[in-house]
Amino acid sequence: MADLILTKQTLDRIDSILQTLLTRSGAHTVLLIDKAGQLISFQGSMDQEKVASLAALTAANYGATTAIARLFGEEEFTLLFHKGKDENIHFSNVGEEYLMITIFNNNTHLGLVRLEVRRGLEQIEAMFAENLRQWFNS
Amino acid sequence: MAIISFRSDEIHCKIVYYGPGRGGKTTNLISIHKALGHQVRGELLSIDTAGDRTLFFDFLPMDLGTIGKFRIKISLYTVPGQVRYNDTRKLVLKGVDGIVFVADSLEARRNNNIESFGNLIENLQDQGKAFDALPVVLQYNKRDLSGSKVALIPIEEMEKDLNTGGRYPSFAASALKGEGVRETFKKVCMMTVIDVSARLLKDRGMSLTG
Repeated sequence: MADLILTKQTLDRIDSILQTLLTRSGAHTVLLIDKAGQLISFQGSMDQEKVASLAALTAANYGATTAIARLFGEEEFTLLFHKGKDENIHFSNVGEEYLMITIFNNNTHLGLVRLEVRRGLEQIEAMFAENLRQWFNS
Repeated sequence: MAIISFRSDEIHCKIVYYGPGRGGKTTNLISIHKALGHQVRGELLSIDTAGDRTLFFDFLPMDLGTIGKFRIKISLYTVPGQVRYNDTRKLVLKGVDGIVFVADSLEARRNNNIESFGNLIENLQDQGKAFDALPVVLQYNKRDLSGSKVALIPIEEMEKDLNTGGRYPSFAASALKGEGVRETFKKVCMMTVIDVSARLLKDRGMSLTG
């Protein structure tokens, strides 16, 4: 796992992608974290302390699920979904090293959230790929 | 894997407390959590079984304030020490920037220490990380039991077992009484922050202080 250097431009771009995702999907919180459990960016309404715990637990949860997937000959499960009575959480892989967590309530639909998450993570993956290309060329 | 953000000038590092089961890793975190003020620490999160043993990990996020222009944020983790939880240990070790190895001073646990230390090196190699390249601090825990009926391993013997050549800084401690906990924590933070900043800032011709 490589270290991650985030410039102001990169973070601004990530924030704007996440903000758009929130507006279009009707979700209320979205986080981008790395698989070591560190927070990269967060948009929405959630207590800062809970955000740190959520990031750590999600990374562990995702790792555990990947270990389960391998028991069945799958490389990994690329998305996870937890349904609650009022709140739902959707987890998705972003490239090899990052995860996107989207939290939404019953005011929106899973299908719409999935569609918008897909769109958002394609943009983030493209941005990381572009950053990598620039870094190689520099 | 450390993260450095140039927008908010923050450095995030991950430190893992490793060691054999029942060695006092979680007690270290509880002790740090108690000793530090609200402005520094976040919530201590613990996933343990009914028998008080760590099932998955403990997690304690902290904000150490600023060094130079950078705000230092540290996430402390413990691993489950029991041998059978190796998959979980590998997960928690992912992206680690610094390690505290908490060794149990009880004579009866000597082999467990050596085994766990070997397991740490192996798990890091699995991740493609060289143990020597990481900041490591050793802690010899449960020294408060010296003088009691329980047989303890002398410090020199522990050094011989785990720290040949004295390569790593080591501290005698009693996590239960809070002795040596702060020293261990300060040392590993200092080493990790220096290591991470040297790695990440040097490329950009910067240092922590300027």
